[in-house]
Amino acid sequence: MSSPLSREEVAKVAKLARLRITDAELEQFTEQLGQILEHAHDMTSLNLADVEPTGHPFGLINVMRDDVVRPSLDRDAVLAEAPASEDGRFAVPRIMGEAP
Amino acid sequence: MTLPNGWEMVVGLEVHTELKTATKMFCGCANAFGSEPNTNICPVCLGLPGSLPVLNKMAVELAMAIGVALHCTIAPSTFHRKNYFYPDMPKDFQISQYDLPINSRGYLDLPDGSQISVERAHLEEDTGKSTHLGGTGRIHGADRSMVDYNRSGVPLVEIVSGPDIRSAAQARAYASELRGILIATGASDGRMEEGSMRFDANVSVRKSGEPFGTRCEIKNLNSLRSLQRAIDYEALRQIEVLEEGGSIRQETRHWDENRGETSTMRVKEEAEDYRYFREPDLVELSPDQAWQDRVRAALPPMPAARRSRLEELLGDPSDAQRDAIGTVVELDLDGFVISAAQAKADVAIALARSANEIAADIENVAKLSTEAFVATVLMEQKGELSATQAKKVLGVLLESGGDPSTIAKALGFEQMGADALGDLVAKCIEENPSEWQRYREGDDKLSQFFIGQIMKLTKGQANGKSVIAELQQRK
Repeated sequence: MSSPLSREEVAKVAKLARLRITDAELEQFTEQLGQILEHAHDMTSLNLADVEPTGHPFGLINVMRDDVVRPSLDRDAVLAEAPASEDGRFAVPRIMGEAP
Repeated sequence: MTLPNGWEMVVGLEVHTELKTATKMFCGCANAFGSEPNTNICPVCLGLPGSLPVLNKMAVELAMAIGVALHCTIAPSTFHRKNYFYPDMPKDFQISQYDLPINSRGYLDLPDGSQISVERAHLEEDTGKSTHLGGTGRIHGADRSMVDYNRSGVPLVEIVSGPDIRSAAQARAYASELRGILIATGASDGRMEEGSMRFDANVSVRKSGEPFGTRCEIKNLNSLRSLQRAIDYEALRQIEVLEEGGSIRQETRHWDENRGETSTMRVKEEAEDYRYFREPDLVELSPDQAWQDRVRAALPPMPAARRSRLEELLGDPSDAQRDAIGTVVELDLDGFVISAAQAKADVAIALARSANEIAADIENVAKLSTEAFVATVLMEQKGELSATQAKKVLGVLLESGGDPSTIAKALGFEQMGADALGDLVAKCIEENPSEWQRYREGDDKLSQFFIGQIMKLTKGQANGKSVIAELQQRK
């Protein structure tokens, strides 16, 4: 049977995730991801007419907290973990485009 | 502005408003503008591994208040991850609402009677703030970027209008009315200069009656003036392209306030694929009817209702008074006018003083007590103060507070005795016999001439109404 997923689709997903993969990996992931999709596809053989779609496995709703301020982290400790910082800010390589 | 050659613009607005909560959307860090950079950050809003978001109940409540005010349906909703790579979002995704927003299908009525549909008003988190150093200051050419995550995770509501807007002026009116509503609900402070309210405009053009044209999105307009200018510019640009036989490319454009033009920021293509998927760390949000009812019941009057109230108090307001009412409600000064009306003071005077003198000194409004304001209006209306004097008294009240009659005395605004005024009027009549003759023959406009003369003689201390009374006595 034909693969449920094309190489092009996998290449696109990799590009969106900023992953550089080799041709061999592209081959391998296309097959592996295809198997996962096929497995999920098994569900179509079941009669699920009376089953409600599951949004979340826990079945909980409205999990919320009160609007009360809690202490934040110490800035110096946080910035010490960053590759670079300046004037209390994270320094990052220059940005080529504007935010989406 | 009217577009040339039968062109029509089609505009939809996306308005982002930060919510006035104490804490961020998904963590207990303070939601505060102007803090030292990176002092309101924690593992959740920094996207550290293992951290989990927990929804802020107040953010939900304020979003619902916005939904109710915009006549939306409040429905069970879910959260999604919008995935993209940009340093303003340390998680590499923004939590937003996608196919199931909390509020949908509402509308907003504008003062001119038109109605703009609201497709949705959904919850999402704000991003961090990046500053680009080096180069020219614009993003291209910067050597490096500095990021402050204090804003990362601040709760936002994005309000998406339908493509119902047909002019830049209407877009501005919509944004302005929406701002008033957001402030009235208590959801937002509406401070555009601090970025707590921002606009994106989708603009396309077509010949009237034809299908929608290709649209361009203008990003991050942060004043009503920029919004209006950018939309007008963009519509004319598109018309020019089309009339020269070109076609419009769907793209995101940047508004340059100084140059007064838009330019291509990025072309919509594959990179726009945000790979939305359900945020597995958050469960469904489904406010029950009782909670919705509580929010609805607690909603204060909206600007439209507040304007109507003042219009009713005035009876049949002039256009200028309608403008004044708009100003007074926008600046939250209508309480002064209503208090004046309740004290049986002259509503027209109270409105004029609120829309002019108080509005001009709005940052000091906290120093002006309602009682002092009403007392000043009453003094003006009884003729104890001329209009000019009343304005000066209000100026002092706004500067330093106090008691209006004490201030009037201190300023030397002793009421001019009826005798003294009568003498002046008599003198004026004697010196201007031909004007007096015409006035007596029924040319009422000349009362203004005599008021002007008396004002000159008294350096503005006289009361116009008393002058007219004196004139009429002598007729």
